[in-house]
Amino acid sequence: MDSITSFFRDLHERSGINLTILYDPFDMDRFLHGLVLTVVLFLVSAVASVVIGLAGAGFLTLPYRVPKAIARGYVAFFRNTPPLIQMYFFYFGIGALVPTARNASGFPQELIDNFDWALIALSLYAGAFNIEIFRAGIEAIHRSIVEAATVLGYSKIAAFIYVMVPLAWRISLPALCNNLIELLKTTTLAYAIGVPELLYVSNQIWSDNINTFEMMNVLMVVYLILVGIVALAMHRWERALRLPGFGATSP
Amino acid sequence: MADQNTAFIKLHDVYKSFGNSPVLRGVSLEIAKGEVACIIGPSGSGKSTILRCINALTPVDQGFIEVGDIQVTSKDLNMVALCHRVGMVFQQYNLFPHKTVLQNVSMAPIQVLRQTRAEVIDRARALLEKVKLAHKADAYPGELSGGQQQRVAIARALCMQPEAILFDEVTAALDPEMVGEVLTVIRDIAREGMTCVIVTHEMGFAREAANQMYFTDGGLIVEAAPPARFFSDPQDERTRSFLSKVL
Amino acid sequence: MRGHVKLGPEVGVDLPLAKRRVRGAVEGDLASIFLAIAIVLGIVLALALLAGADTGLLGALIKWTPFLGKGFLLNVVMSLFAIFFGTIGGVFLGMGQLTPASWISLPAKILTQIFRNAPWLVLLFYCIFLLPFQIRIGGQTYAIASWLRAAIGFTIPVIANFSEIVRGAMQSIPSGQWEAARSLGYTWRQTVTSVILPQCVKRMLPPWMNLYAVLLMATPLASIVGAEEALTNARTALQAESNSLLLLPLYAYLLSWFFIYSYPIARLSMALENRFAVR
Repeated sequence: MDSITSFFRDLHERSGINLTILYDPFDMDRFLHGLVLTVVLFLVSAVASVVIGLAGAGFLTLPYRVPKAIARGYVAFFRNTPPLIQMYFFYFGIGALVPTARNASGFPQELIDNFDWALIALSLYAGAFNIEIFRAGIEAIHRSIVEAATVLGYSKIAAFIYVMVPLAWRISLPALCNNLIELLKTTTLAYAIGVPELLYVSNQIWSDNINTFEMMNVLMVVYLILVGIVALAMHRWERALRLPGFGATSP
Repeated sequence: MADQNTAFIKLHDVYKSFGNSPVLRGVSLEIAKGEVACIIGPSGSGKSTILRCINALTPVDQGFIEVGDIQVTSKDLNMVALCHRVGMVFQQYNLFPHKTVLQNVSMAPIQVLRQTRAEVIDRARALLEKVKLAHKADAYPGELSGGQQQRVAIARALCMQPEAILFDEVTAALDPEMVGEVLTVIRDIAREGMTCVIVTHEMGFAREAANQMYFTDGGLIVEAAPPARFFSDPQDERTRSFLSKVL
Repeated sequence: MRGHVKLGPEVGVDLPLAKRRVRGAVEGDLASIFLAIAIVLGIVLALALLAGADTGLLGALIKWTPFLGKGFLLNVVMSLFAIFFGTIGGVFLGMGQLTPASWISLPAKILTQIFRNAPWLVLLFYCIFLLPFQIRIGGQTYAIASWLRAAIGFTIPVIANFSEIVRGAMQSIPSGQWEAARSLGYTWRQTVTSVILPQCVKRMLPPWMNLYAVLLMATPLASIVGAEEALTNARTALQAESNSLLLLPLYAYLLSWFFIYSYPIARLSMALENRFAVR
């Protein structure tokens, strides 16, 4: 470990390429914290957005007007407004209405801090897109499959759970993968409300060390790697779920 | 009818593999000018690949192909000259859906052969007349039936004024009632002296229209004979077995 | 194999039957657009009135509207700049991904993946830091405004995303089209321009409109790098008023501007997608 840090310290002296995150313990520390925060933001809001997506798509299949209208309105709102302004709306707007509690030392503390609001905003935003994705997946299932389930005696709910959802899930996976990658990229917006995720932390580092160019490149590389990991994981999952002979297979 | 002395299309010892699977294992063939050659055989035996190699749609691994005086397998192949000589009609018609019927038939001679627009349009209309679709000149392919689309595809190939036409299972994707209208057109073209190489499953048509039958199996031409002898007295066991299944 | 060939997008054919369905759908869309706009304005109004019984809030919204409008105009301008240059760049990069010449296609693919997968905000920072503040053309120094540098920053992901749209559309054209063109003697370039691209335009239109919507939703990011667009102006207004009750209504108001601009585009895009698709 020491040889790595000294290598990069030398690199700075020799060539001016300053990668403090790789030899300065303080910078390394905060960079890793930022990375962890980005990953946590992504994972939690990914799961939450999938749940929202399934629930919303479920609402759309119900034959009642109210749940359908709620789902449609929700999707229309979150897809047609800028996510950054949504985040401001939640943190500054609604956040101003949330009462503050007093923490152990008697100081006022927000009940829902900026990290929580970022999670909420990201989950709701990605959730809206997931509703569309799962809706399309459900609609892509041929009517004859549902008819077959009915003829075999499945109730509407049972047919939905045992026949439609597994198929719709498989159909939706590629689009879901794209949306999750978008979500990963959107976590950078938390920067604007002061969440110390990767971009925010990198900004602090390059402000302190004037190594903007190096840090920007590191950022690009790190995000490309993160996106690559998500894409790889989703493709593995897709392949594991693949049904032989279903969909386009011929060369 | 067929001029037996001039071999127009020549294939000599042609090999072709797709990845690791060999499809053609030494195909040799000579088709005379004006001859109507029908190639039949089981799926995967290489029939369509032979056609695609003749007009350089698929490059060969080994061997040599000649069409008239054009060396298809040479590195300096003049594609435009080859396409002027040999036309092709596909199983899925492959008309351009964003162009009208008349445009489909006329665009290549204008854009590729650089012939004058007026001359090409006249010829195109005459050809549409010939395939009995003159009234559909301004329609789009999506508005036509399968049989009509295939007849337009044949007119499109003819408009290039080729000396030979390759037909790749052109009736296989059609409803039974439309097969006849397409075969009639092909019969007329053959009768007028066009060199035709036809891959088909229509045995009745082959028996009646062909001058020479070829049977492919496992990437080789296994038997070649005029239809009368081919159907009544096939020499090779594989030919006999195939014919007994399809007839 | 005998059987009816389905005349549908698989064989590159769009049936005109869908036209009849669309006319009704479009009329339905107009009604729902108006309804949606009415609902949004209603919500904003309600918020402004509820968050304080004083009509001072409503007055504040009205007072700052021209200032917000000026900022919003800049958002629109940035989006039009980026979609224009991004589309052109994307067509070339997309075709570059598909050309048989691998010395072009490989770098094109790599560039597309890099700029598609980087967060828009990171690319924006990149451009802000890398692009100069001013340039000299023939002896005169011109300052490059923040919004222009931001717009260039937005153009890059648009190029990459549109390149993927172009590639996807071109690859969805059945191979039979390429074969037919080849057998008629067309070169690769002729095939692409006369046969493939015209068929692609219809397929690219809905995702292109979607890309524009995404782009527009990304333009407020320019406020982080100092451009004086709608969000920046909204925050300026809030600081000037320093009334915490104005926060919710003003942000809601701002959201509604984007909604009203973007929702009709989204509905139009959906209608177009229905028209071109065949069930």
